[in-house]
Amino acid sequence: MNAMDSDYEKVFCSIADDFDVKKAMREANRCYYCYDAPCITACPTGIDIPSFIRKISNGNNRGAALDILSANIMGGTCARACPVETLCEAACVREKSEKEPVTIGQLQKYAVDEFLKTDEKPFRQAKPNGLKVAVIGAGPAGLSCAHQLSLLGYDVSVFEAQEKPGGLNEYGLAPYKLTNNFAQKEIEFILSVGGIKIENNKKLGRDFTLTELKAKYSAVFLGIGLTNVNSLGIPGEDLPSVIDAVTFIAKIRQTKDLQKIPVTQNIVVIGGGNTAVDIAIEMKKLGADNVTIVYRRGLENMSATHHEIELAKKNGVLIKTNGVPKKITKDGVEFETFTLRAEQIFKAIGQKLNLEVLGSEAQLIENKQGKVLVNSDFETSLKNVFAGGDCTGIGEDLTVTAVQQGKLAALGIHKKLKGDKRGQPNL
Amino acid sequence: MANLTCEIAGVKSPNPFWLASAPPTDKKFNVERAFKAGWGGVVWKTLGEDPPVVNVSSRYGGVDYNGMKVMGFNNIELITDRPLEINLREIKEIKKEWPDRAVIVSLMVPCNEESWKKILKKVEDTNADGVELNFGCPHGMSERGMGSAVGQVPEYIEMVTRWCKAHTRMPVFVKLTPNITDVRIPARAALKGGADAVSLINTINSIVSVDLDVMAPRPVVGGKGTHGGYCGPAVKPIALNMVAEIARDKDTKGLPISGIGGISDWRDAAEFMSLGCRSVQVCTAAMHFGFKIIEDMTDGLSNWMDAKNYRSLNDFRGLAIPNVKNWNELDLNFKTIAHIEQKDCIQCGLCYVACEDTSHQSVSKKTVNSQKKYEIIDEECVGCNLCALVCPVECITMVTQETGKPFLPWTEHPNNPLRKSVSV
Repeated sequence: MNAMDSDYEKVFCSIADDFDVKKAMREANRCYYCYDAPCITACPTGIDIPSFIRKISNGNNRGAALDILSANIMGGTCARACPVETLCEAACVREKSEKEPVTIGQLQKYAVDEFLKTDEKPFRQAKPNGLKVAVIGAGPAGLSCAHQLSLLGYDVSVFEAQEKPGGLNEYGLAPYKLTNNFAQKEIEFILSVGGIKIENNKKLGRDFTLTELKAKYSAVFLGIGLTNVNSLGIPGEDLPSVIDAVTFIAKIRQTKDLQKIPVTQNIVVIGGGNTAVDIAIEMKKLGADNVTIVYRRGLENMSATHHEIELAKKNGVLIKTNGVPKKITKDGVEFETFTLRAEQIFKAIGQKLNLEVLGSEAQLIENKQGKVLVNSDFETSLKNVFAGGDCTGIGEDLTVTAVQQGKLAALGIHKKLKGDKRGQPNL
Repeated sequence: MANLTCEIAGVKSPNPFWLASAPPTDKKFNVERAFKAGWGGVVWKTLGEDPPVVNVSSRYGGVDYNGMKVMGFNNIELITDRPLEINLREIKEIKKEWPDRAVIVSLMVPCNEESWKKILKKVEDTNADGVELNFGCPHGMSERGMGSAVGQVPEYIEMVTRWCKAHTRMPVFVKLTPNITDVRIPARAALKGGADAVSLINTINSIVSVDLDVMAPRPVVGGKGTHGGYCGPAVKPIALNMVAEIARDKDTKGLPISGIGGISDWRDAAEFMSLGCRSVQVCTAAMHFGFKIIEDMTDGLSNWMDAKNYRSLNDFRGLAIPNVKNWNELDLNFKTIAHIEQKDCIQCGLCYVACEDTSHQSVSKKTVNSQKKYEIIDEECVGCNLCALVCPVECITMVTQETGKPFLPWTEHPNNPLRKSVSV
């Protein structure tokens, strides 16, 4: 449990107001129940959004939640972390007609949260088919894959390098998006399907090898994410004031005492994605005076969504564009045209695949630009080795994309091993 | 500014908006508040013989739709449960304090001449402007041979109306029940009995919903329920049709009508008046939002009349009646087809699926530059209006087509085996 001191708890609490039943009903009634709805197309996991919203408005919350969770077992996290303003809500026809989309994310959160309160465990492993699959990485892709495999009757062993499962849900998402230890509660729900065993502190390449797993299991799924941090390649990058944002966010997520997180007066964040925004807002919320995000190109090139950038501004974060870093000194960062004073400098310029963990297989697996290549069934160039999530470089680096790829890879594994058409999850 | 004064069967009021006989008009307290708010008149909640009736607790049920409260409403309340003398005294006081407002007294007593004669004398003493015979309530009182039990038998309507006309100088309004098959029959009976006006519709017999936990109809009274009278916005279409039937019937046309049934705003009222109503009566809307709604009712009606250059209610009353026809008088050569205004379309696909699943497959669905595009297939469109009705942004219009063909009703259509022979 991420214990929080009361003051910190206030500033770090969830940014969205939760719906109660009245608000949910009112919002659900705004949905037009479109035919061939654009929101479904926009959802990477293809949740039947009009259907689940109609079920909310008709008082069938169980049905609504199961519509969501059948398509996306991490519907709870995605409702909190998805950039809905670029996905389902951007596609909503009400966005087009009145610039106020149905707040699909909020409704999804409502439906899933209400359902989780019932403690019902609706998913059950199918009759075991005798086959075992290894999943490497207990992040969104790995857990989604494991869950789908269980529904198809496989026994699944999940190997996780960290102390806790969850991947970026547990270690990466901004704490104000995922409060109250939600990641672990969701994992508990996912595991209730049965047939999944997670081993924590088991790191690929250190505690076991891919070659060993291939021999022991019918198939292997790589959900290993991107664990190497890109480097700036400028002088001063090795100074102690230069910190990797992803690692630091994990520290914030795991600390038992937020007061012990070191926060300086002047902070510079280098990067233009949602990670840069996350660390900037978190440091601001933790008490930093001046937090500046510096991005090397123009605002239009930033990969952080408009919504995220606005959130950063609202929290008092300064955003400077067209700032190419030249050199880091003990006083701060020298950019090509200006210099910023900083005691902490966060690098948020992306991550890449760590191929070394694959050991002797690293030479054999096809990869491109630091990402594992897969076919349409998410199988890699290695026989019966599948992959999904950030490490594949397909689609955006989002929880929802990882969940979908894990699910599709499970169906790909089933097709390969059992020669079946894509299986139907059994409730 | 348009003149909203209203006259029906000799009863005058400063505007045509009356509160119908119902809970809002049960006491002086409520009626005073209504008149202060600006209502033109009231029909006092039905008086009966002493001892007063006893009402149940849990009296109303509602029908909500997509988050909208009280689209429909029903009640199982009976007539006034206060002693007759108190009601009469209060009516007299009200009429004295508000002489310019219409005060009509609704009555319901057993079906014998003496009972009616007796109560009419008492009402006359209040100086009320008229009486309304409640032949409509479908619940409770009907089990005792009153209300709709009278209104469903044309001979009784005629008989009681005649008694009342014989025993009072006051104008007699007969309130009709919709719980019959052809409203013209009771209306003709009222006219034959000498009625000065008819009021319609009273409530429709209904079970408003079933409580699925208790397994009993709502409103639930100690685990049980009963059928009640249905009203509110949902019943307006039924009322409009009944009003139109009476307005265009050869026997009853010209019989003054006080329109009732789901009237919630000035537009509803104007629609009833366009079909011939002289005054309109409101209940559910007032029970839902309070008496203040009268402000927009009069203001809205007045503004609309000004915009249309109608100076008084007479100027537009009944204008729609000649256009209400039997189906077989409609032009079968009239043609209209849908048109989708592409720049306003939001690609929700509701027109497409409605037409594809349930109508004539005349909306096409294409993807152009990864954008959906819905278009009408003109040759397939029968002009049913469905797509235009379901479109949430109203970007579909129905466009009348010039066919060059002559007026052709069913009575003259070649497919009609009973067609009149047309001389060529």
